Amino acid sequence: MELRSSLGRARGLGSAKEGIGHWWAQRVTAIALVPLAIWFVLAAISLLGADYATFAAWIGTFGNALLMALLVIVLFYHAHLGMQVVIEDYVSGHAALITTLLIVRFALFALAVSCLLAIVLVALKG
Amino acid sequence: MVEFTLPANSKPREGKRWPAPAGATKIRNFKIYRYDPESGENPRIDTYAVDLATCGPMVLDGLIKIKNEIDSTLTFRRSCREGVCGSCAFNIDGVNTLACIKAIEDIKGDIKIYPLPHLPVVKDLVPDLSVPYAQYRLIMPWLQADTAPPAGERLQSPKERERLDGLWECILCFCCQTSCPSYWWNGDRYLGPAVLLQAYRWIADSRDEATGERLDQLNDPFRVFRCHTIMNCTATCPKHLNPGKAVAEIKSLLAKRMM
Repeated sequence: MELRSSLGRARGLGSAKEGIGHWWAQRVTAIALVPLAIWFVLAAISLLGADYATFAAWIGTFGNALLMALLVIVLFYHAHLGMQVVIEDYVSGHAALITTLLIVRFALFALAVSCLLAIVLVALKG
Repeated sequence: MVEFTLPANSKPREGKRWPAPAGATKIRNFKIYRYDPESGENPRIDTYAVDLATCGPMVLDGLIKIKNEIDSTLTFRRSCREGVCGSCAFNIDGVNTLACIKAIEDIKGDIKIYPLPHLPVVKDLVPDLSVPYAQYRLIMPWLQADTAPPAGERLQSPKERERLDGLWECILCFCCQTSCPSYWWNGDRYLGPAVLLQAYRWIADSRDEATGERLDQLNDPFRVFRCHTIMNCTATCPKHLNPGKAVAEIKSLLAKRMM
C-alpha cells in the first residue's frame, strides 16, 4: 500500500537537470547522417558487382576510409541514443532497465569497433 | 509501465440493455462504460436506447437525459455545458473530447463513451485526476517575480501578451494528457502534454521572472523528453490548441540556453 501524497509522487526524485544534451546529440547526429547516408548509398550502388580487390582498393583511399569511419561512428552513436530512449520508454523496473541499457550499449560499442577495425584492416592489407 | 492488455479485473463485460420508451421516434444507442468499485465486479458496457427526438444535440445532453430519465445511477462529471470548464472530458467514439461540445450527429453508429484512458477509474466515467493535478502543481502555475509589484498592474505590451495566445485557453480537461502513449507508459515521471503546455504558459509570460528555475525543473529525461512528438495531444485537443508545439518550444529554449 502506498500512502504517499500525489504531490510527493509527482515530484519524485526531482529534476535530473540534464536531458537536453541527449536530445541535442540525437539531432546533431541525425543531421550528420543525412549527407553520410546519401554518400554511402551512392557508393554502394557504384560498387555493385565489384570483386574484393576492387572494393579493397576503394576503401584504401583516404577519403573513402574517412567517410566510412565517420559513418560508422555517427551511425552507432545515433543508434545508441535512439535505443536508449526506446528502452527507457518500454522497459520498466530499475534492474531490468539498467541491464537492458548495458547490454545494448556494449553490443553497439562492440559492433562499432569491429566495423572500424574492418575498415582499417581491409584498407591497409588490401 | 507498458501494458498492452487490461488486467483481468478491468476487462469490460457486456452490461444491461435499457430499452427505448414507448413512442420513441429517433433512437440512438449509447454504449457507456460502467464501473462500481463497491460491487467488486468487472466494469460493464451498458446500452441505453435514447430518443433523440426529445434530446439536446450534444453528447452531454444525451448523458444528462439518461441520468434524468433512464438510469440515475450513471456517474459522470459535468458543469458548464459550454466547453470552458473541462469537466465532461471522456473518450467518445474513440477520441478524447468534451461531451458538451461534441455533437451526437457527428458520430456514426452507436455512441461509445468511456472514461479518459489509462487513469484509475473512481466510478463509471469519473477518473482519478489526483496525479495530473499534482503534476500541475509541481510546475508552479502562478506568476513568480522578485521585482516589487508596481502600484497598478504588471504591464505587458500587446506583443508580449500575444505570446500567451494558444496557451491561456487551456482548460485542463486532460484530453491531451490521457491521449498520449508516452503518458500512458511513463505517467509517473513524464509530466504530459497538458502540464507541459501550462508550464510553457508561464515560461512564455513576460511578467514572470522564474524562467530559468522553471526550465531547470523541466530539464529531465522523463519530465519533458518522453515527448516523442506523437502529436495525439494536438489532434485530440477539444479547444484546438497545440500542446505538441508548446513542448517543442520548451525543448528549443532548453537548447538555446546552453549554446
